[in-house]
Amino acid sequence: MLIYAIKRLGVAFLVALAVSLVTFTLLRLSGDPAAAMAGEGATQEDIEYVRTHYGFDQPIPVQYYNWLTNAVRGDLGISIYLKTPVADVIFSRAPTTMTLGLCALTFALILAIPLGVLAAMYPNTMLDRVALTTAVIGQALPSFFFGLILIIIFGVWLRWLPISGHASWLNFIMPSIALGYYATPAIMRLTRAGMMDVLSSDYIRTARAKGLRPRTVLFKHALRNAVIPVVSLSAVQLGFMLGGSIVIETIFSLNGLGSLAWQSIQRSDFEIMQGIVLSIASFYIILTFLADMLNAFLDPRIRVH
Amino acid sequence: MSKTTVTDDQIPSAEKIIATSPLYLLLNRSVRHFGMTIGGGVLLVIFLMAIFAPYLAPHDPYDFDLANKYISPVWAANGSWEHILGTDGQGRDYLSRIIFGAQVSLLIGFAAMLISGVIGTALGVAAGYFGGRVDMVITFLITTRLAMPVILVALAVVALVGSSMWIVIWVLGLLIWDRFAVVMRSTTQQVRNMDYVASAQALGCSTARIIMSEIMPNIVNALIVVATLEVAHAVLLEAALSFLGLGVQPPTPSWGLMISEGKGMMFFKPWVIAIPGTALFMLVLCINLLGDGIRDVTAPENRN
Repeated sequence: MLIYAIKRLGVAFLVALAVSLVTFTLLRLSGDPAAAMAGEGATQEDIEYVRTHYGFDQPIPVQYYNWLTNAVRGDLGISIYLKTPVADVIFSRAPTTMTLGLCALTFALILAIPLGVLAAMYPNTMLDRVALTTAVIGQALPSFFFGLILIIIFGVWLRWLPISGHASWLNFIMPSIALGYYATPAIMRLTRAGMMDVLSSDYIRTARAKGLRPRTVLFKHALRNAVIPVVSLSAVQLGFMLGGSIVIETIFSLNGLGSLAWQSIQRSDFEIMQGIVLSIASFYIILTFLADMLNAFLDPRIRVH
Repeated sequence: MSKTTVTDDQIPSAEKIIATSPLYLLLNRSVRHFGMTIGGGVLLVIFLMAIFAPYLAPHDPYDFDLANKYISPVWAANGSWEHILGTDGQGRDYLSRIIFGAQVSLLIGFAAMLISGVIGTALGVAAGYFGGRVDMVITFLITTRLAMPVILVALAVVALVGSSMWIVIWVLGLLIWDRFAVVMRSTTQQVRNMDYVASAQALGCSTARIIMSEIMPNIVNALIVVATLEVAHAVLLEAALSFLGLGVQPPTPSWGLMISEGKGMMFFKPWVIAIPGTALFMLVLCINLLGDGIRDVTAPENRN
């Protein structure tokens, strides 16, 4: 188990390094940070001054090396626009996005797992069809369009929920639904498939034959085993949701990483864009690593491979 | 108890049994698959709509008329048949913009899918066929790609390079190859252990020949399914980029952009966002239904 963990950790670290390299190169090749920093209306001399002063004239590998050695020490650079350390800005905005992501995942799980279990218990019935339809619709509904519909119905027509800001927990309901609904289909399908597999297995037949109560068989014997792959899928989906939060946060004016990314993109704030991509990627990498560990712990067969 | 008699026409004739070709069975299953028929049918209509847009659109989608802003669709109390789906904030005919918007969505969806399909299939087949070190490196590439948030990276690059339809296509195409690679890798792994691959190797076929004529024909079904679903993925991403103002640029009619342009009026005239949103939803839904249908029909054993 320890060797497996160390191996996975090594890979996770390399992936984080690769992401930072790709993002850095991609952003440097796409635009000119010196011009962005000098601002609009700057003369060519100004831009050249900024370029040499901040080292943007050096080859990209050298720039990347400098950036990386600082990043390892927790220094992600200074925001071009805000003039404050990138790490501070990201840390101040991260809690909102984390709350949004966790609420969205909770919503997705609350909707998807019972639907998946019911669909597996009564396959090819009306219930199964309802669950499948929910999944198919969820996959096709663009989250920004769904978010706007929620705003119109619950924010404007019914006036139940606030439509923007992050003053209270009520503000998180609609964005969480809009973001979480997109993750529902995948989780539902996996729960359904896992439950159907488990329910037709021998140990469930044994448990039933022993005369255990149906509820005990379902929750204690079947669901526990079926839910193992759902755990790692949830980790992956949470990572995706953090990346997708940019659209939802813009619509609901939530002040998290997504809206920070959006503002930084409009201001060509290279350092912050770089920092946000890296932190969301790192979070995803940590999540998948933890999910791998949990899976290996729950299912010893994985450790051998 | 009623007596059941079997008449001649209930027993299929020998000719009919022999004539039941695999293609016939495939078509038969396709027609009976409800989701696939509906999805494929509506998709065909959208396709034809996009191809014949110049002949179908009642007005020029770029023709603005500021005197006729936000005319309601025909079903509203003050709607008119002149503008069946109403007009937008610049008085442009909404129906015409929806029709031309189908071109944009389909073009970007297909082009991005082709680019990502080539990259993903090449990587996936290489990883699955060669295994070992090659597999390790490619799996690492896939993991790295999955860790990068697509929308964020796409937005940042498009914003810096400047947005145009081709930039969007290339950025999306270069980003969304992950599912192709993952699926092609695992299908190739299954196929490469088949006896016919071993016999082709024993006959001394070149690697290129084995991949092209032994592996590819056997993974093409899975490839088509992923390709279909990736078109839907690309369409959704394009809409999100255009919605945020960094995809297709105005005045080009894109459904995502139309939602973005209508956002300011959505509290007073909800149809301004509901119409392009529904169009987008229908397109993605039909592509997904078709993709799921192809999977069910070509590999019924993989259902659920």
